[in-house]
Amino acid sequence: MAAGRLRAVVCTSTLDLGVDWGDVDLVIHVGAPKGASRLAQRIGRANHRLDEPSEALLVPANRFEVLECRAALDANYLGAQDTPPIRPGALDALAQHLLGMACAGPFDAGVLYREVVSAYPYRDLDRATFDRVVDFVATGGYALKTYERFAKIRRGKDGLWRISHPRVAQQYRLNVGTIIEEPLLNVRVARNRGHGFFGRGGRVLGKIEEYFIEGLAPGDTFLFAGLILSFEGIHENEVIATRTHDDTPKIPLYAGGKFPLSTYLAAGVRAMLADEKKWKVLPGQVADWLRIQKVRSVLPKVDQLLVETFPRGHRFYMVAYPFEGRLAHQTLGMLLTRRLERARLRPTGFVATDYSLAVWGLADLGQAFARGKPSLAQLFDEDMLGDDLEAWMAESYLLKRMFRSCALISGLIEKRHPGAEKSGRQVTISSDLVYDVLNKHEPDHVLMQATWADAAGGLLDIARLGAMLARIRGRIIHRRLDRISPLAVPVMLEIGKEAVAGGEADDHVLREAADDLVREAMGDG
Amino acid sequence: MAEALRQPVEECEPTLIGVFGVVLEALPEGALWWDHERLLVVADLHLEKGSAFARRGQMLPPYDTAETLARLARLVERFEPRGVIALGDSFHDGGGAARLTPRDRLALSVLQARRDWLWIAGNHDHDRPSGLAGAHMDALAVGPLTFRHQPGPAPAPGEVAGHLHPSARVIGRGKSVRRRCFAGDGHRLVLPAFGAYAGGLDVLAAAFAGLFAAATFRAFMLGDDRVYPVGRRALAR
Repeated sequence: MAAGRLRAVVCTSTLDLGVDWGDVDLVIHVGAPKGASRLAQRIGRANHRLDEPSEALLVPANRFEVLECRAALDANYLGAQDTPPIRPGALDALAQHLLGMACAGPFDAGVLYREVVSAYPYRDLDRATFDRVVDFVATGGYALKTYERFAKIRRGKDGLWRISHPRVAQQYRLNVGTIIEEPLLNVRVARNRGHGFFGRGGRVLGKIEEYFIEGLAPGDTFLFAGLILSFEGIHENEVIATRTHDDTPKIPLYAGGKFPLSTYLAAGVRAMLADEKKWKVLPGQVADWLRIQKVRSVLPKVDQLLVETFPRGHRFYMVAYPFEGRLAHQTLGMLLTRRLERARLRPTGFVATDYSLAVWGLADLGQAFARGKPSLAQLFDEDMLGDDLEAWMAESYLLKRMFRSCALISGLIEKRHPGAEKSGRQVTISSDLVYDVLNKHEPDHVLMQATWADAAGGLLDIARLGAMLARIRGRIIHRRLDRISPLAVPVMLEIGKEAVAGGEADDHVLREAADDLVREAMGDG
Repeated sequence: MAEALRQPVEECEPTLIGVFGVVLEALPEGALWWDHERLLVVADLHLEKGSAFARRGQMLPPYDTAETLARLARLVERFEPRGVIALGDSFHDGGGAARLTPRDRLALSVLQARRDWLWIAGNHDHDRPSGLAGAHMDALAVGPLTFRHQPGPAPAPGEVAGHLHPSARVIGRGKSVRRRCFAGDGHRLVLPAFGAYAGGLDVLAAAFAGLFAAATFRAFMLGDDRVYPVGRRALAR
């Protein structure tokens, strides 16, 4: 690209920052910008020279994204910045840094503490927590002190901490880094030789996240590298697939890089919805969409939360429009389904977008809210961030996923161990098993603390959810509709595209697999 | 009748597994109960795996032995077995028994008191665990059943083994569920690993090839409070 040999580059957000190619003529931005500053950075890739304007073409993918693009352009016009605030420094990264410092040479804990707190994200780190992290690096920092003799770093008579063996430095170098890759598998196209046998040869098309493949059953089709493939199975660390034809292959999802809509843009979108005068600048179909919404349901005012309920198919839906970003909505969805379950409204799933949240179930949600069983005020009460949140998090796979990356970054679990090199698919021990034991026996361990802090800030966006619940208190409007509203269409389209979270317990899946065996035994498979 | 009374009321119907004409109960905790002989069988406890890792620089939480023994204690309390058979790899390594904390050592001796206890030799812990009670053997035959650590390559009717840490995966309702499982075909049974830090190996992996008759193979997957028998057809890899 820098040499000018490529006509175009298709990229993810990886090229947002730090790329200085002078001769990019145009940025084509597909989808929603998620933040005004982010959009400015992206557009700035074009004509990356001080004296020339940058040019970009925005391609919003649905009607809400049109509003979001508009809000981002207005923000850029005003010069508003909405870069997210810097989060407090993570303890798992600190643990890795401390071990790295010890590998470089002996350190004095007091001197190093002063150096660490001079870094902005760690400015509020207290000495006691710092010392707990030192202890963690040395022996795991457990209440039960049984690993003293295996310590990785030790404090000498001179008061300095140093590594106990050169091997520690060797292991550190093998595992250094704070980017935790999702486990990947090669995709190989094989020829079907019949009877479930596949040729050994065939092209490797590239790598795909194991997480996506885990959800496929043999015979499922998916789109990869421009081809429609049929999933046949996994052999060692390769996905075996065959070419096929299908109109509705699954589209691989990648777990990384889902930034939530910035609070600044969310406020802009809410303001645009509430003020008809602002619709003039919108494309005709988008303005019409809002006008029909006004007739069929209602458009919420800036500080209101609109909740619509309606039946569709054999299910009853509730769609809420908080505009707080996908992460906060997912958390809200988990907590709401718990509450609806307790109210015996039999929720069976939910899906979240950056703008809205749809929950569905088997009981008439609209009727229940109208009768106050429960009322929407009770359902959306801030007290959901207490016990409900705690109980859900403790059993959530999200926390386990977060623990895995904390365990790898902090050095508790090593990706690579000399002499025990595994295929990229697995670390040396399952972090889920370690999580279960630690959560039960020492739930206030420093690494659990790090995991909760990471999850609350990153994956769950609790602060934002809390601010939203406070904002809408006493300002929830409910519309009972006989059918889907125009505003609900974008989130309803997501159903089926996204994995449905919540509702179904793992044991249901096991029971159905066991029932399948009964059917097979009865001869009607 | 007395049997029925002993079980708590809320408990589900037990999952029974036939092995070479013997009826055994698969417990959702991952252990096997032979009611007729009053024997409790567990495989691959991997005690002191945490400290074995710590020795090599990975400071895993030192509570795995306490956790595994506590799970075992709940079963011993419930069934009051005449004997307990640990099917090998009871310790993660040869030095494991020597690294037991005094507290865990005591918990283990309480479990062993007033009953027969057999350590079957494993590949991780081939020698008798030092300083511990209990008999030590390579294999044990009881009636038509043979208990050993590693399932042999030849057809072995009545063999009950561990070693492979079987797990299985099913897909349904848009999600994938992986659980530890018993693997059996009516002739041979492989137990899931019982240890808190013992991982799993998919029953469709090469290590299981040729062990079971395809037509009668079942993965008995561990649910929250019961065991679910699942046929080959419903399993995903």
